[in-house]
Amino acid sequence: MIENFDFALVNWSRAQFALTAMYHWLFVPLTLGITFIIAFMETIYVKTGDPVWKKATKFWMTLFGVNFAIGVATGLILEFEFGTNWSNYSWFVGDIFGAPLAIEGIMAFFLESTFIAVMFFGWNKVSKKFHLVSTWLVAIGANLSALWILVANGWMQHPIGMHFNPDTARNEMLNFWDVFLSPVAVNKFLHSITSGFVLASIFVIGVSAWFLLKGREQLMAKRSMIIAGVFGLLSSLFLIYTGDGSAYQVAQKQPMKLAAMEGLYEGSEGVGLILIGMPTPGKEYGDNKDDYVFKIEIPKLLSFLGYRDFNAFVPGVKDLVEGSYPITHENGEVSKAISATEKIEKGKLSIKALSEYKMAKENGNDSIKEQSLKVFRENFQYFGYGFLNDPKSIIPNIPLTFYSFHIMVVLGFYFVLLFVVVLFLIFKNKLETKKWLLRLAIFTIPLAYIASMSGWIVAEVGRQPWTIQDLLPTVAAVSNIDASAVQITFWLFAIIFTALLIAEIKIMTKQIKIGPKEGGH
Amino acid sequence: MFETLSHFALQQYWWVIISLLGSTLVFLLFVQGGQTLIYSLGKTDIERRMLVNSLGRKWEFTFTTLVTFGGSLFAAFPLFYATSFGGAYWVWMLILFAFIIQAVSYEYRSKPNNFLGAKTYETFLFINGALGTILLGTAVATFFTGSEFLVNGMNFSHWKGAARGLELALNPHNLSLGFAVFFLARTLGILYFMNNIDDDNISSRAKKKLIYNAILFVIFFLTFVIWLLFIDGFAYHPETKEIFMQPNKYLHNFLQMPVVAILFIAGVLLVLLGIGKSIHKACSNGIWYAGPGTILTVFALFLVAGFNHTAFYPSTFDLQSSLTIENASSSKYTLTVMSYVSLMVPFVAAYIWYAWKSINNKKIDKEEMGEDIHVY
Ligand code: HDD
Ligand code: HEM
Ligand code: HEM
Repeated sequence: MIENFDFALVNWSRAQFALTAMYHWLFVPLTLGITFIIAFMETIYVKTGDPVWKKATKFWMTLFGVNFAIGVATGLILEFEFGTNWSNYSWFVGDIFGAPLAIEGIMAFFLESTFIAVMFFGWNKVSKKFHLVSTWLVAIGANLSALWILVANGWMQHPIGMHFNPDTARNEMLNFWDVFLSPVAVNKFLHSITSGFVLASIFVIGVSAWFLLKGREQLMAKRSMIIAGVFGLLSSLFLIYTGDGSAYQVAQKQPMKLAAMEGLYEGSEGVGLILIGMPTPGKEYGDNKDDYVFKIEIPKLLSFLGYRDFNAFVPGVKDLVEGSYPITHENGEVSKAISATEKIEKGKLSIKALSEYKMAKENGNDSIKEQSLKVFRENFQYFGYGFLNDPKSIIPNIPLTFYSFHIMVVLGFYFVLLFVVVLFLIFKNKLETKKWLLRLAIFTIPLAYIASMSGWIVAEVGRQPWTIQDLLPTVAAVSNIDASAVQITFWLFAIIFTALLIAEIKIMTKQIKIGPKEGGH
Repeated sequence: MFETLSHFALQQYWWVIISLLGSTLVFLLFVQGGQTLIYSLGKTDIERRMLVNSLGRKWEFTFTTLVTFGGSLFAAFPLFYATSFGGAYWVWMLILFAFIIQAVSYEYRSKPNNFLGAKTYETFLFINGALGTILLGTAVATFFTGSEFLVNGMNFSHWKGAARGLELALNPHNLSLGFAVFFLARTLGILYFMNNIDDDNISSRAKKKLIYNAILFVIFFLTFVIWLLFIDGFAYHPETKEIFMQPNKYLHNFLQMPVVAILFIAGVLLVLLGIGKSIHKACSNGIWYAGPGTILTVFALFLVAGFNHTAFYPSTFDLQSSLTIENASSSKYTLTVMSYVSLMVPFVAAYIWYAWKSINNKKIDKEEMGEDIHVY
């Protein structure tokens, strides 16, 4: 299928995808959350007619506009990058993966972009009610955009609802609902949008804290903080709940990712969850170094989180590579896992059988055709492994996954605390006097971005080397182009997105300094 | 209800949808055309501001249509998506860059402390207007001129053109369509301004510009179309699916599908009517003729490229690798699912229409630029 792997090409393509996706994700979460916060504010304005609420609505809307423009700019490239840089992937799974992308365009992007025009330009042209409806539709549209792409991503982590068609040499969709309602996709969607709600709440609280520190716009700032505080607190609790759901799915469907998240080399029964720890630097699979320099763990919690059983066996990296650990199936049966080496062999068998099938079909040799199709089907489960040669290549980057995961979780609990304290002090009317807390709130804005970026690093780096779990490794997914071409576009993107990011931050901070205009902007 | 359709019927249905999206996109390129005219139509700051704001309320639609066009191609004809985007890498990358820089320009241009300066954002708009239209036109022309690629037994494609798509821009026929699209976009942009902006200076300048842009459009367009009618086209055999060269294939397509020919001619006439009316009389609704005319014309061209057993993405390197709506499409199941989704399209079009009307009921004028609203 693919004759020679060009690792420079794969790595540049991965780097480019990671760069562009991370840039997109820099702007998306704020959009996801702030649109709802704006909608809440405008709803109160329409209900009460109080101009302070209108002022607040318009102020946050201006910041949203600045953020939205660059979110759109960075999204465009992702849409086409599957074709330009992952074209083998695009054919191999386009039958399933393309659909959510198209639905996103038809269902979500038009909704968002149409009503954004009303939201920004319609203040004096449409009725208050219609304007409010438009604002809500923008929020809903933004979150629908997230829905479909996350369904697509969830499917890559856990491909279901399809079968492989040997005649077209690609996967074809069998059941749309299986793809759409996959538990991985559902969790991913809920966890990601709520992470956006939390980030936006922290943004609003942080910016409002700055106004309070400067002694400006006190009323608007406090009201914004109340809205964002309540929204943020509820969302962050739900975020932890869905984060747990995500981890459970990872344990079930991507055990290697779970092992990487916890830096777990050797599995056992009743494994604890690392609270704080440091994996031994330079530790690799197969050496005799200790797993951790130090660790503080909560006993048996990982077993419970991953398998809902305090004594469940959690496989580590070693087990997953070498096999022969017990797997409990849904029907309660227990079997022994096979090793990565065996999986690679089976994968190669199925790839070979596929090309024999093709050949036999061309030559009209029916018995070979049947025979090779049978071999192909029997081993298809490990198809993707056939592109690998080294059993160790199924191990992702462990330190990166580990630290990202733990940073995210620690920050997740810290955010809950922050929301509680902020709300408490507002209701006690003591917030202005707590200068340290206001400064902390401002300082928390970048932390929210870090948490949310870390989450994606866990999700995407942790699933390496797979583009589609167990079916298609990154080496087999890329377009056939020169690595140098990708290298050039990588740098072009790096330059242009960085320039636009700087512009965005400068404009944003300037708009914050200008503050709300009387009657809004 | 879509379940009862054959795979081929669904493939045709999806080619029609793609054609509709593509032709709507070409019409909406009036935003891009307009962007190349900001300096020649607007001589003062406030005039330019009106022009930018007039376009700034519409650019999102062009952009979103482009995105949806891409997404639908991916979903309905993944082999085309994989072959063309992964193959003609540089053309698509240039197009994407041209659109990336557009997306921020409206919002950031007039904001204080914007890092790159208003001039840079205006230049971005110009680049987007010129490069975006010419390259999109060039890319569409390859539906008729073909590209050099090979699809192997596993349906993985290899591009053989050394310049990764840039070689396409050297083909004079591709370029003639590219420039036709460019001047069409400018013509439509002018007609849109005449309709949307209430300002005497801008109107009179627009009228002068209209004439020469329209003439250039007609020249490039006719060059392409006349050539198209007389070349050998990429046909495939209905049963064996074998691809072969057929003399005057596209002319035959028009003759064998008279409805398409009528759409095409009606479209061209509407475009000319819109232009003619705007040149002769003091009429500001030329866009309402030329716009739908553009959609009809381009729609018909897409149908000629993909219907009547024609390979819509021909390979000049290996004839049998050429893509047709039958061999490049998604499975029957996926097309069926997607067809249900497509039922949303009229609904989407309706709310877009409603929302446009509600904020567009009055022309843009100088006063509005000073009012308390969101101005670029
Ligand atoms: C503000 C951001 C934020 C915060 C505070 C958290 N997360 Fe998260 N997390 C994300 C933002 C995020 C994300 C960016 O949205 C990710 C990336 C992919 C995804 O589905 O959501 C993610 C992914 C992600 C994954 C990987 C899913 C996968 O690989 O498919 C797990 C296991 C968790 N999270 C678990 C948690 C837990 C247990 C948290 C406890 C507090 C937590 N997250 C807080
Ligand atoms: C917007 C948030 C996202 C971020 C920050 C992100 C991050 C990353 C990172 C860091 C990588 C590189 C991993 C590596 O190779 O080491 C990557 C790869 C990739 N991600 Fe994501 N991702 C995001 C969303 C998505 C989504 C929603 C999809 C699919 C729908 C996706 C699909 C891919 C693909 C195709 C690759 C390249 C192949 C690979 O290396 O596996 N990403 N992403
Ligand atoms: C690799 C995967 C992704 C692709 C191909 C993609 C594609 C796009 C495109 C093309 C746009 C511009 C739409 C327009 O024209 O208005 C966009 C915007 C957007 N995307 Fe993505 N996207 C990806 C990842 C994500 C993820 C992971 C999320 C959320 C969880 C997301 C949420 C949004 C939102 C909310 C917008 C609205 C604009 C904004 O960012 O402010 N996208 N995306």
